[in-house]
Amino acid sequence: MYGGGYIYDKSSPAEQHQDDPAKLAEFEAKIDRGEKIEPHDWMPRDYRKQLIRMIEQHAHSEIIGALPEGTWITRAPGFRRKLALMAKVQDEVGHGQLLYNAAETLGKPREEMINDLLSGKSKYSNVFNYPAKTWGDTAVIAWLIDAAAIVNQVTNSKGSYGPYCRALERICQEESFHLKYGHDTVVYLATGTPTQRAMVQEALTRWWPPIMHFFGPPDKVSVHTEKLMRWKVKLASNDDMRQQFLNMYVPKIWELGLTLPDPNLRKNDETGQWEYTEPDWDEFFRVINGEGPCNAERLAVRNAAEENGRWVRRALMKPVGQYTQPLC
Amino acid sequence: MEALSSLHKEAIREFLYKMADDQLILGHRNSEWTGLGPLLEEDIAFSSMAQDKLGHALALYTILHEHLGEKDPDTIAFTRNERELRCCHLVEYPIGGYDFSLTRHFLFDTAEHLRFEMLAGSAFEPLAQVARKIKGEIKYHVLHAQTWMKQLGSATEESKARMQSALNETMPLALGIFEASPFEAELAEHNIFAGEHELRNRWLEVIAPTVADAGLVLPDIDALTPAYGGRQGYHTEYLQPLLTEMTEVFRIDPTVEW
Repeated sequence: MYGGGYIYDKSSPAEQHQDDPAKLAEFEAKIDRGEKIEPHDWMPRDYRKQLIRMIEQHAHSEIIGALPEGTWITRAPGFRRKLALMAKVQDEVGHGQLLYNAAETLGKPREEMINDLLSGKSKYSNVFNYPAKTWGDTAVIAWLIDAAAIVNQVTNSKGSYGPYCRALERICQEESFHLKYGHDTVVYLATGTPTQRAMVQEALTRWWPPIMHFFGPPDKVSVHTEKLMRWKVKLASNDDMRQQFLNMYVPKIWELGLTLPDPNLRKNDETGQWEYTEPDWDEFFRVINGEGPCNAERLAVRNAAEENGRWVRRALMKPVGQYTQPLC
Repeated sequence: MEALSSLHKEAIREFLYKMADDQLILGHRNSEWTGLGPLLEEDIAFSSMAQDKLGHALALYTILHEHLGEKDPDTIAFTRNERELRCCHLVEYPIGGYDFSLTRHFLFDTAEHLRFEMLAGSAFEPLAQVARKIKGEIKYHVLHAQTWMKQLGSATEESKARMQSALNETMPLALGIFEASPFEAELAEHNIFAGEHELRNRWLEVIAPTVADAGLVLPDIDALTPAYGGRQGYHTEYLQPLLTEMTEVFRIDPTVEW
């Protein structure tokens, strides 16, 4: 899973680094030819910086995303669901590992990235700052958040940085199983008893605003994407990806007889575009900046895990030692 | 397979339940490391082992269902009450620190590997078949445990001290794995299982060299009081909260598909 490429670094023009024009032209020509940029190739400083930021945030989203779903592994009803959810969340942690490796090829060590996550300097997908209150929430997350992530990741996998694209290709394959699992779980609830149905409907209503937030602010207020588009760091606008998601999944949601909490949500047959009520973007920015219902909890859990595991990591840095009798 | 006598059946039923319950509860505990491991690689490793354990529990409950007339696996795993479970105390303890979880994993999986090796030749064919599959999987769990025991037992002062304390704390609990069943003679006589005592002896032979290689000291086994009771349905205070959590959703309606 992953929350879109919306948290770009707001570097001011004064900070803009002037790259060697000849090298820059060669770099851009390479991207135009559809070739991948590899770790040892020359790249503009901004390109490196934005990619580190983006891949790192993606990695953080995977490991923080494991927390709300992880709490339901121990409560999953029955062997089939329990085994599937364990495997799914394990995949997400594995994606984190893959992505940290990809980001490390750009020169930032995993420890430093994790430290930036813990200090709040580096962000992760906003959706994980919301709680998974019931089993219905885990079903909605596994289906729709993962579906949204796939829209985003399939797009990004066509990008220009080789190691990130290769990681994304593998991630997308695994995510497609998550989506099937999530869809299956939602179908069982939506076609089950009134209690089960209510459970999934309430979860869907709760998760709709974060899902609409998932791809980031509308294009008209989203900044500095032009250069990133040219460099194939960003490949589709937030609104394009949101439209693609709505087009693929709203009909499937309605097919199950579930409703969405937006009376204005409809497809305009003339334009082919979905119309909807803009979600509360002030809330989106408040949550990103730490005021969501679960920001503090997520970081506290991650901090505790880091703290509790420190002795283990230290022990790994030491070679296995044998006691030797001092010579005296 | 020839018809089972009722005593014979009762012996196998008791035997399968205790093994399956151990796997279910420890699988549950191992899964609690998801997202919280000391490093991502260990999150992933503990999750893999948890999935294997759940799979083993399911395979054993399936034998109970198909050959011994018990209810379906979900029902027997998710609706029995605490007193009906036959797991040992070792698997019930919370995950604690990584030192405790790793030591438990080492001691338990070594015993399980040997148990399923013994059972691969069991006269009760459905169990023998499952055992042949399970022992192959647990081999990797044991290798994982041994690697980490050796690394942590001899790296830093802190890791050595932690691992020794964990071993001291865990050994009496681990001895509870081998609590004798009332049907030991019955199982041995019918070549189903050579017995907990035999397993315990083999286990001690295997763990001793790893503990020594790790630079740790095995506590004096004869001076320890094994944590018995689990096999008779007497559990630690940790089991009931685990069951309450595990069945939270299933209990909303145990008769429907989730």
